[in-house]
Amino acid sequence: MTESTAARKPRRSAGSKAAGTTGTKAETTGKRTARTTRTTRTAAQKGSETELVQLLTPEGERVEPAKNSPYAEYASFVADITPDELRGLYRDMVLTRRFDAEATALQRQGELGLWASLLGQEAAQIGSGRATREDDYVFPTYREHGVAWCRGVDPTNLLGMFRGVNNGGWDPNGNNFHLYTIVIGSQALHATGYAMGITKDGADSAVIAYFGDGASSQGDVSEAFNFAAVYNAPVVFFCQNNQWAISESNEKQTRVPLYQRAQGFGFPGVRVDGNDALACLAVTRWALERARRGEGPALIEAYTYRMGAHTTSDDPSRYRHDDERAAWEAKDPILRLRRFLEAANHADEGFFGELEAESEALGKRVREVVRAMPDPDRFAIFENVYADGHALVDEERAQFAAYQASFAEAEGV
Amino acid sequence: MAAEKMALAKAINESLRRALDSDPKVLIMGEDVGKLGGVFRVTDGLQKDFGEDRVIDTPLAESGIVGTAIGLALRGYRPVVEIQFDGFVFPAYDQIVTQLAKMHARSLGKVKMPIVIRIPYGGGIGAVEHHSESPEALFAHVAGLKVVSPSNSADAYWMMQQAIQSDDPVIYFEPKRRYWDKAEVNREAIPGPLHTARVVREGGDLTLAAYGPMVKLCQEVADAAAEEGRSLEVVDLRSISPVDFDTIQASVEKTRRLVVVHEAPVFLGSGAEIAARITERCFYHLEAPVLRVGGYHAPYPPARLEEEYLPDLDRVLDAVDRSLAY
Repeated sequence: MTESTAARKPRRSAGSKAAGTTGTKAETTGKRTARTTRTTRTAAQKGSETELVQLLTPEGERVEPAKNSPYAEYASFVADITPDELRGLYRDMVLTRRFDAEATALQRQGELGLWASLLGQEAAQIGSGRATREDDYVFPTYREHGVAWCRGVDPTNLLGMFRGVNNGGWDPNGNNFHLYTIVIGSQALHATGYAMGITKDGADSAVIAYFGDGASSQGDVSEAFNFAAVYNAPVVFFCQNNQWAISESNEKQTRVPLYQRAQGFGFPGVRVDGNDALACLAVTRWALERARRGEGPALIEAYTYRMGAHTTSDDPSRYRHDDERAAWEAKDPILRLRRFLEAANHADEGFFGELEAESEALGKRVREVVRAMPDPDRFAIFENVYADGHALVDEERAQFAAYQASFAEAEGV
Repeated sequence: MAAEKMALAKAINESLRRALDSDPKVLIMGEDVGKLGGVFRVTDGLQKDFGEDRVIDTPLAESGIVGTAIGLALRGYRPVVEIQFDGFVFPAYDQIVTQLAKMHARSLGKVKMPIVIRIPYGGGIGAVEHHSESPEALFAHVAGLKVVSPSNSADAYWMMQQAIQSDDPVIYFEPKRRYWDKAEVNREAIPGPLHTARVVREGGDLTLAAYGPMVKLCQEVADAAAEEGRSLEVVDLRSISPVDFDTIQASVEKTRRLVVVHEAPVFLGSGAEIAARITERCFYHLEAPVLRVGGYHAPYPPARLEEEYLPDLDRVLDAVDRSLAY
């Protein structure tokens, strides 16, 4: 982690205030006020004055909400951010994108069976991931490569399941980063249960659960919202609304803006510009800190866009137009932070040059590690099915061993 | 006082109490388990004594109960969750099968899932639909889960202790029609392994294998058969996954005949697995094909018809006759 929020001073309670204001029209007077964007793309957004928290415009201009704006509370969480931290966010996003591109290429080369690209979602993941504290716990879906990066999980470990050598690939407790969960929305409940455990332990850490817009349709996500509210669990639900659940648009998922769901469960919901790393960092810090203070769950909807396919098996040209992608390319999360860093003289050519070299090195390492990744031992089938063992597994392992041995005998070895 | 006579439901209650008392990480979770003490009163008095933080009344959401229990287990707790009735487990089936059963393997052994899922199951109490089913085969089929069912108070007490101590998820099927049957429970007896079967009645002519609610029936069948001069051996499987085939095999090698009895539908049920394996293991010992007695391939019927659906004395005796006729 490039920074720690552990030492941040507790701020005044933002719970009820935020809950009451996030769904309402912000005060938007003056140029230096947090930009509000009315979205008109889908039914899910129509009929409401939906606004998102934004601190960096697509042009890289820093926007500060007015002091009496409801968004001032969120902005205050990055008020003291240093140029070094900003460069750190940029570096994380660049390296994550590079890793992702490398994995996509490796899939095309037949080295991976599948890949779920995060292209376009770097700000949502890095911004939120960098808001987590070391003792927080993260429950990802299967696309959180940027969050894994923030948690210190070696990115090559993420590739094992996509190469088909394991179904996980890292120790969840090593970095407090749970295994990827394929079944949509299941992990929202695991996160909530874990957070309930934190409360029971009297600890002051928090949990963050990632899921997508499609998962919002799953019962488990609604059940997680309800359990979290009922038990006042310190869990932040971080929905990356990337507009598409494979081929299904938001219109097929929901009739209300997703962040507004929180209100019905009794906790605050916020929509943040998911392509704005700074805003994602600010809002997630806000939500995690109030959770750690015992003020319960929050829902963050990071409004973003999946630039690539759902996975390498998907063909988005069948369900969406190129001009849609082009419109989102103009809001590219990495480009906007670079523009800001350059305009503010926070980074020079030397920084960008070194990062490029680091990026190349990462790509090279990923290629080498993946190609050298051995197939698992064939007896791994029978390993860890049970913690305490199981007679049938023992019996079948022995049968398997005898069967394998029969080949050696047949070959006269 | 080491031994004491108590109803099966009370034995589970006492076992849960002991677990809560001895391990602060043990939690009870479920619908109505707190103030009410469960609809069968299995958790009666536990919340009063251990508090709402240990004995947790949950929202009415089975997937939520199991899913949050998984999260609590990840945090180091040992949740014992109650599914109120057999037919209500299916909203949680996804969490049980896709998450709970596979977490240990997916994490390459780094994560353990010491969760017990208690499910009152089976018929014979005149309930409405979804309250009388026997879905054990659906769980036994899933690698990563262990499935057990006690048939008497002593087993109910000790098997619960062992299930809670297990680092694997255990589906603990409680024979609800036997909840009020009383038997001796010795709280100090050291039990055998959780997944072993037990010969509960010796006999030489035929083996009856059963578990949970059908063990008592099989003992009654053996009594009736004895009046006709037939000596039946009764094996209480106790564990449905894994099955203790060695104990069944030893019995069948002696009696040369086997009838498996369960309430669940016969088709692809646990009896089918036992018949196949015992046929394989005991082919040259068997004097008759392994027969099965159980439910039909039909939804569990309304209460006025359940006596037609459930195995009873005569149906099992009929199977005994058919086996002995070979």
